[in-house]
Amino acid sequence: MSSGLVERHIAFLEALRGAGLSVSLAEGLDAVAALSALPWDQRDTVHAAYAATLVKRQSLRPTFDALFDVYFPRLVGEGARGGETDEAGDGAGDETDGQVRDNGQALAQLRDRLARALADGDQEALSRLAVEMVGRFGAMPGRGPGLSSWSAYTALQRVAPGELVDRIVQALLAEGRTEEEAARVAARRLGGFTRQVEDDARRRIAEEKGPDHVADVAVRPSIDRIDFTSARKADLEQMRREIYPLARRLATRLTQEHHARRRGPLDFRRTVRASMSTGGVPLTTHHRPKRPHRTELVVLCDVSGSVASFAQFTLLLVFALRDQFQKVRAFTFIDHVHEVTHHFKPGADVVDVMADLAASTSHAALWGRTNYGRALTRFVDEHSDALGPKTALLILGDARSNYSDLALDKLKEMERGSRHAWWLNPEHRRHWDTGDSVAGRYAEVVPMVECRNLTQLGEFVHDIL
Amino acid sequence: MSWFTSPGEVTERLAATGYLADPATSTTAYLAGALEKPLLVEGPAGVGKTELAKAVSRATGADLVRLQCYEGLDEARALYEWNYKKQLLRIQATQGDAASWAETHDDIFTDEFLLTRPLLTAIRRDEPTVLLIDEVDKTDVEVEGLLLEVLSDFQVTIPELGTLSAVRRPYVVLTSNASRELSEALKRRCLYLHLDYPDEEREREIVLSQVPDLEERVAGQVVATVARLRDLELKKPPSIAESVDWARTLIALEIRDLDDKAVDDTLGVVLKHASDHERAIRELRLRK
Repeated sequence: MSSGLVERHIAFLEALRGAGLSVSLAEGLDAVAALSALPWDQRDTVHAAYAATLVKRQSLRPTFDALFDVYFPRLVGEGARGGETDEAGDGAGDETDGQVRDNGQALAQLRDRLARALADGDQEALSRLAVEMVGRFGAMPGRGPGLSSWSAYTALQRVAPGELVDRIVQALLAEGRTEEEAARVAARRLGGFTRQVEDDARRRIAEEKGPDHVADVAVRPSIDRIDFTSARKADLEQMRREIYPLARRLATRLTQEHHARRRGPLDFRRTVRASMSTGGVPLTTHHRPKRPHRTELVVLCDVSGSVASFAQFTLLLVFALRDQFQKVRAFTFIDHVHEVTHHFKPGADVVDVMADLAASTSHAALWGRTNYGRALTRFVDEHSDALGPKTALLILGDARSNYSDLALDKLKEMERGSRHAWWLNPEHRRHWDTGDSVAGRYAEVVPMVECRNLTQLGEFVHDIL
Repeated sequence: MSWFTSPGEVTERLAATGYLADPATSTTAYLAGALEKPLLVEGPAGVGKTELAKAVSRATGADLVRLQCYEGLDEARALYEWNYKKQLLRIQATQGDAASWAETHDDIFTDEFLLTRPLLTAIRRDEPTVLLIDEVDKTDVEVEGLLLEVLSDFQVTIPELGTLSAVRRPYVVLTSNASRELSEALKRRCLYLHLDYPDEEREREIVLSQVPDLEERVAGQVVATVARLRDLELKKPPSIAESVDWARTLIALEIRDLDDKAVDDTLGVVLKHASDHERAIRELRLRK
């Protein structure tokens, strides 16, 4: 038994586990059973069978797809080349494949075809072009066998699909779409193509160095585990789309948990009354509902460049859950405090709110350098009425205060003035107290919680409710 | 009996009942039958999760047993319940006789006094059955525990009667809107399928098959507009069910061409939030 199929299967499962999918032994066996019940002539069928038996959470699907492509690649090498070979003599098996066909003319021609395919949104042509592009422009010839590699980055730099945006937008406008829409569609298609190119480079590397080598390094974490501070622009957009569903999930979970704990003291009258139908035997007891207590929440966010996105996500989430609180007030600061509560109208559009928030950032700054001490002092001076014995105080920020005064006594005062206080820090715990971070000093006054991604944020918000 | 012979056959037979499945759906639906494992279908509202179960039952001629989940669903509603009132009557009726307690006891815990609920019904049927457990994420965590025994071994233990095993394994479909994470134990026992909004091509076919009176050109316009709406950041993107509703609306209003004005007038069919309306009108430039 050395077809390698079993080994490949086991290695694939191992890689999935390594990437954070909890694949149990039983599920692995299910996958084998599923494969033996299916014909193998279609890659998609195998893909669907593995997906149905191994991936039980949609947020992990991109990770799974990336690994599947690495272990069960779509094609090997250049694959069967399509009818678009425009240069003679490429069947010669030349040793430095990339260099021979890599010239200015080929580049211009490829960009031309790419622009057309992107404008039409032709998926098939795009995936073919991605393969061709990495093959031609992404090769990094090595000194010996096994040392050569492929780089999506080089290929993307050479071809620069980003410069084609205008042409795509023009083509889309000609189809009668509005300007913003055209820009958005163009950006999405470009993003998709970039991903295809990265996938293809990964596939080629896997082919040369073995899939296990790639599986460890090349797979990005799923969206709810990406750090706020290191997220790319596209990730931030996707995260923003996740906020509303996340709030909905949290709200459902909270309602259910509150209901489960709802059994208050025995309602004697109703119990006796209900027992009449069972001959006076109180088979089921009735209870008085428990009064849920709702807290008031005051959120104070650092919106300076480095942590702005984190503050925005937290604010959005908190306001999406506003019916769980009695009242929510939000303040932003850099070195000056500014109230932003009025931007969050019930039912307001997420995109508008984000735009308003970004526009109001200037109100939170006097000199534009983060100064926690100053911001805390201003808060106590101007908005101390916001805090009271029923309020929970939430401070968001990385506690990097540019070596200025910390105003620890003001923070102590705020902490004493409210019922609970927490500090959410979007940095990894190991970066606390490095450089100008004074996380440790503040953490002595207010309990500080690490909150780097959507999962941690969701957990935290759930726990304080 | 096997449910289907190949993924291709699933596609054909589901299509015959008016459900157009993509290859992944067909493959997974076929596997659910071939491996006799429950199928957990997740996805946004209105993409045809429940419809998939109904289509399978129509395609195979099996009867559909449906358990609609809701918060507070308990064993008595999902599995079985003793008919307490009837038992009481029975005891009172036999009071005059000299029957011993043991006899009465044996007598009142029999099939006659058992009220079977959907899960038990599905297991005890000897004809082919499709069991649909709808919106399983709405239940409490305890009910999931209840489902485990039923879904892994297809048996139910009733203390008074012993363990009842399935005469014939039903085809089980669970649907979920993912408003809550289901437990790992439940997920492990199921095959998983995520249904999402289809591509334009497929959606047009679906709309046309559901609303045959619609002109093909208008169907294309409806689907294209819906796709554009889904691109916007909306609170509730329109689902397939809503595109079909929209198509029906256009028929009813005898609108032959979906221009900006028509879209504006009928937007309420597809978008159900005021802020979504405003955004759509602004982004699609409906009002000049």
